Amino acid sequence: MSRFLEENPKSNMKERHERTLESSRKKEQIKGNKLTALCGVFTALAMILSYLESLVPITFAVPGIKLGLANLVTIIALHKLGLKPTIIISVGRIILSGILFGNVTVIIYSLAGAALSILVMALVRLFKIFTVTGVSILGAVAHNLGQLFVAVIVLENVNIMYYFLVLGISGTIAGAFIGILAGMIMRNIHFR
Amino acid sequence: MSDKKDKIISIGDIALMIGVIAFCVAGIILLVSNSKPGGNVTVTVDGEAIESFPLNKDTEYSVNTDNGMNIIVIKDGVVSVSNADCPDKICVQHPPIDSEGETIICLPHKLVIEIVE
Repeated sequence: MSRFLEENPKSNMKERHERTLESSRKKEQIKGNKLTALCGVFTALAMILSYLESLVPITFAVPGIKLGLANLVTIIALHKLGLKPTIIISVGRIILSGILFGNVTVIIYSLAGAALSILVMALVRLFKIFTVTGVSILGAVAHNLGQLFVAVIVLENVNIMYYFLVLGISGTIAGAFIGILAGMIMRNIHFR
Repeated sequence: MSDKKDKIISIGDIALMIGVIAFCVAGIILLVSNSKPGGNVTVTVDGEAIESFPLNKDTEYSVNTDNGMNIIVIKDGVVSVSNADCPDKICVQHPPIDSEGETIICLPHKLVIEIVE
């Protein structure tokens, strides 16, 4: 009887310990599943936003000027989900909407822009100098730059880089707008 | 939820905005002030110069590339693209060009129309 009493609290502790371990493991599992689901939702949202934007063509004097609504998703993903999910979401979005609405050229240009944009945004975030708006501005400008690099290579004409002067202005304004919007959304919507 | 309120915009961001825009505006002003009226226009497809025209003679020229067709119009010393069978028609919407170094580009057709001396 006394042995039983002695053992019981021990086994209880053990059990409890195992249970907490299990629950923490379960929590991680949910986190992973939730992350996967969120990646899917974000990719879909980004695709819808880039499709919406293509429905309302705002053409200015110089090609390449656009708002970049899909970048909203990229920025929120980068802040809330991390770098790896952001890359998955961006690449997924570009390849899927490229196949659905565009062609190989569009995919190559978009990938180059997104790659440089995400690289710059991830680096800038490390230094913590700028808020979400600054990150977004630099991301937009880097996006334009990445696409111009591809244009220079494809067209074998370096003079195209002059377009950066115009795209830099439009990218800064669009990036600021998207950044402020992303900041407001992240203030009001919680993901975890 | 008690998230710490992250700032949406800071002085650093505004400084960045002003910096980038100032750099670009300065660059554009420099380019425009240094621009000389061009004398000729060259048409390049896929990195190869295929044709050159003087600006002072009105003509219309149809470029047939492997990817599609563009019609280039030279009128009153300015060059524009009047029609193209590309999907986005950005080259057609591009304002006419007349100064050295200015370009009209058709990305899907890998076409570059550039004003030269």
